[in-house]
Amino acid sequence: MDGGSHVSRAPFALCLLLVACSGAQQAKKKLPYVPVPLDPPVATEPDALVGPLADTAPMVLIKDATLLTAADAQPRIARGWIRLRDGIISALGEGDAPAAEPRERVIDGKGRFVTPGLIDTHSHLGVYSTPSVWAHWDGNEATGPVTAGIRAEEAFWPQDPGLQRAVRGGVTTLQILPGSANLMGGRGVVLKPHPRRESRAMRFPGASDALKMACGENPKRVYGRHKKSKPASRMASLAMVRQTWAKARRYRNKWAKYRANPNKMKDGKEIPSDPPERDLNLETLAGVLDGEINVHIHCYRADEMLLQLKIAEEFGFEVRSFHHAVEAYKIRDILAERGVSVSTWADWWGFKIEAYDAVRENLALLTEQGVRGVLHTDSAEGIQRMNQEAAKAYYAGLQAGVKLTEHQALRWITMNPAWALGVDDRTGSLAKGKMADLVVWDRHPFSVYARAEQVFVDGILRHDSTAPQPPWSDFEVGQ
Amino acid sequence: MTALLAAAIAIVGGTVHTGDGLTVKDATVLIEGDRIIAVGQLPAPAGALVIDARGKIVTPGLIEAQSTLGLVEISGVGPSNDTDMGGKHPIRAANRVVDSYNPFSPVIPIQRVEGVTTIVAAPHGGLISGQSAAYDLWPDAEPIAPVAIGLNLGGRDGGARGAALLRLRELTQDARRYGKDRRAFDQNRFRPVRASRLDLEALQPVLRREVPLAVRVSRRADILTMLRVAQEERVRLVLVGALEAWTLADRLAAAKVGVVLDPSANLPFNLDAVHTREDAVVRLHAAGVPVALSTFSAHNVRKLRQWAGNAVRAGLPRDAALAAVTSTPARLFGLTDHGRLTKGAIANVVVWSGDPFELSTRAEHVFVRGHRAPKMHRQRALFDRYRKVPPPY
Repeated sequence: MDGGSHVSRAPFALCLLLVACSGAQQAKKKLPYVPVPLDPPVATEPDALVGPLADTAPMVLIKDATLLTAADAQPRIARGWIRLRDGIISALGEGDAPAAEPRERVIDGKGRFVTPGLIDTHSHLGVYSTPSVWAHWDGNEATGPVTAGIRAEEAFWPQDPGLQRAVRGGVTTLQILPGSANLMGGRGVVLKPHPRRESRAMRFPGASDALKMACGENPKRVYGRHKKSKPASRMASLAMVRQTWAKARRYRNKWAKYRANPNKMKDGKEIPSDPPERDLNLETLAGVLDGEINVHIHCYRADEMLLQLKIAEEFGFEVRSFHHAVEAYKIRDILAERGVSVSTWADWWGFKIEAYDAVRENLALLTEQGVRGVLHTDSAEGIQRMNQEAAKAYYAGLQAGVKLTEHQALRWITMNPAWALGVDDRTGSLAKGKMADLVVWDRHPFSVYARAEQVFVDGILRHDSTAPQPPWSDFEVGQ
Repeated sequence: MTALLAAAIAIVGGTVHTGDGLTVKDATVLIEGDRIIAVGQLPAPAGALVIDARGKIVTPGLIEAQSTLGLVEISGVGPSNDTDMGGKHPIRAANRVVDSYNPFSPVIPIQRVEGVTTIVAAPHGGLISGQSAAYDLWPDAEPIAPVAIGLNLGGRDGGARGAALLRLRELTQDARRYGKDRRAFDQNRFRPVRASRLDLEALQPVLRREVPLAVRVSRRADILTMLRVAQEERVRLVLVGALEAWTLADRLAAAKVGVVLDPSANLPFNLDAVHTREDAVVRLHAAGVPVALSTFSAHNVRKLRQWAGNAVRAGLPRDAALAAVTSTPARLFGLTDHGRLTKGAIANVVVWSGDPFELSTRAEHVFVRGHRAPKMHRQRALFDRYRKVPPPY
């Protein structure tokens, strides 16, 4: 129902063609050699969805619902309406809904709650797909601790049955990350969960890639303990990270210099010089130093997060989000000051010693301190009930006497992850002009019994509990 | 002195859900020592410690049917992880979790404050994993053991799954013969057997049908095979984590075989579990199969009530969901005085601020064997220590 989303492909293909053609012409005419331009650090999404086409997203009016907007201006509209057009929230308001227009689908929201679509900053769907057989283990390139240049996008299996389950749970945006075996594991990608034949067609238009990093036990276990190679200690982990950032800075400067002046002087004449050699690892890191790629660091221990912040300071980049971060509450004053978000669970803990000091009030304490808290899942199960997980963390905080509002807790699974992914101007709240990513719940989403009745992604009804859809995944067909 | 007068604790005024389907409003639960001595619309006896449960829900303590709590402190720290006996020998019937269980584990109070009072601690690994035991979550509680012997079936990398059945048949036959003539074994007049004496001995309660085999199995075909073998060998079964069991609901009901399931499991996790459904527990229950819920964990046992809520969300009636975390696991594992609020039962009782499965609800009072469980635990202590940052050290 939403075909024809590859509208942006043509210009890019055309551009590639021109480069190739001009190169050939130049060779014939013996014109100076023009180097193939360096891939920009942020992929240009040749097949990215540029919002669904007008005729594919239905016109929808939801009325008489309680809107939990996740927007600070008006967090809760007790009786409200919301209108979706062309994949965008075209209007919303309080009280009586406007009259329905012809061909507009009207959803009676009586007794229903509408929230923004849920956003997960940490998913391995598609790179650790179910069935979780060896052949689907594509999330960790555990052959070397620095693989910043590889891309989760290029291992992502769009047929993972977990994707549709996530959408049924209300998820409308998710970041797919490489695993945490490596210090610098590769690039993550932000996706919209549409059923598609390849990951590029699911890219969140314009969203920056992530650099996934890891500190602590995992890299030293995978390399030092299991492979008897570097890093075998946290000392080496930090040194390798620092060394790699130092290289990345030189690399970036080298390219900046080249771009500023791609020519050199020879015999009194200016001729093109050879471009520096491309290094995909350093290219990704250079993208970070240029502020074009968001840094997401898997890190549990408070002291290690502080070390990573020190490195970031040394090399001049921002850490967008610490992931897992079960000890973030211990350093929440510093995290607040540095403006780093924290992506964590409600209550997962104890599987290793760096995850031993978890408290269920982590998100609550962070929020009280002014840190952007993010409820992430890292799990094909958890991503199906992000609302419940947020509710647990919310009530844990309230019951411990932490000052906290329902609105703040809802932002853990909407606006705050949107910010961590750098897409908070496009999604994450119910606001005019934003993507029509939203969920209609049959009751308050913080109830354990709440179900997503309708889930709209880019205005397209991707889940409707009253009209079960066939499986998206080919794997589940005909079994 | 009458029983009423001797009552040490009286939980009064609550809505009591007994765990086996009954609801009594404005009821009193009387506890003396480690037992419940009365449940009903009774006055609190003089001298009793009165717990005001008006406007609250009272249930039996929750029972986690398949856990590694007490067997593992930190999963990734090998020496603190006693879930798997290890070694190459696949027959470990003599392996007893009671030799590894740590009742003083700081992981335990973290689960207990959420209303879980009893667990079945089960070993992992091997073909026959070993003997599981039931524990009330109180340091000096004696185990009830064995409550089952674990068996693992299903696809494995290298070798047909049928090989496991071969070993199992051989084992049960050898064990049966051993049980009939231990003297022959001791005097070396026994045919050569691969299992050790302790393993053969450990299997006797299974052959006597006193203790079930707790079979970890998913695939429909394997469940059918196991039903056949159980009939041949005359042993009782509980199916554990049986994701495709719902496809055989009527057969299981007829065979009186219970199932322990994680109600969140709804993905085709592997090729033994392609037909996994979120409402499996609902279908099994509707067919009359006893269903117990489990988190299959140590550190996340506290999620049991959330899992029960999710089962209700999937369509399980509320009473059945409560039974699935109280009386049904008690029944499946022979814990006759657990899982129900009734006269004579072990005094494992929880007073909830509201619906026990709802995320906003808290367990206000947790009684284990008549002891009032403290609210303090390691995570609470960390919270207190870091209530202000920088911390006061």
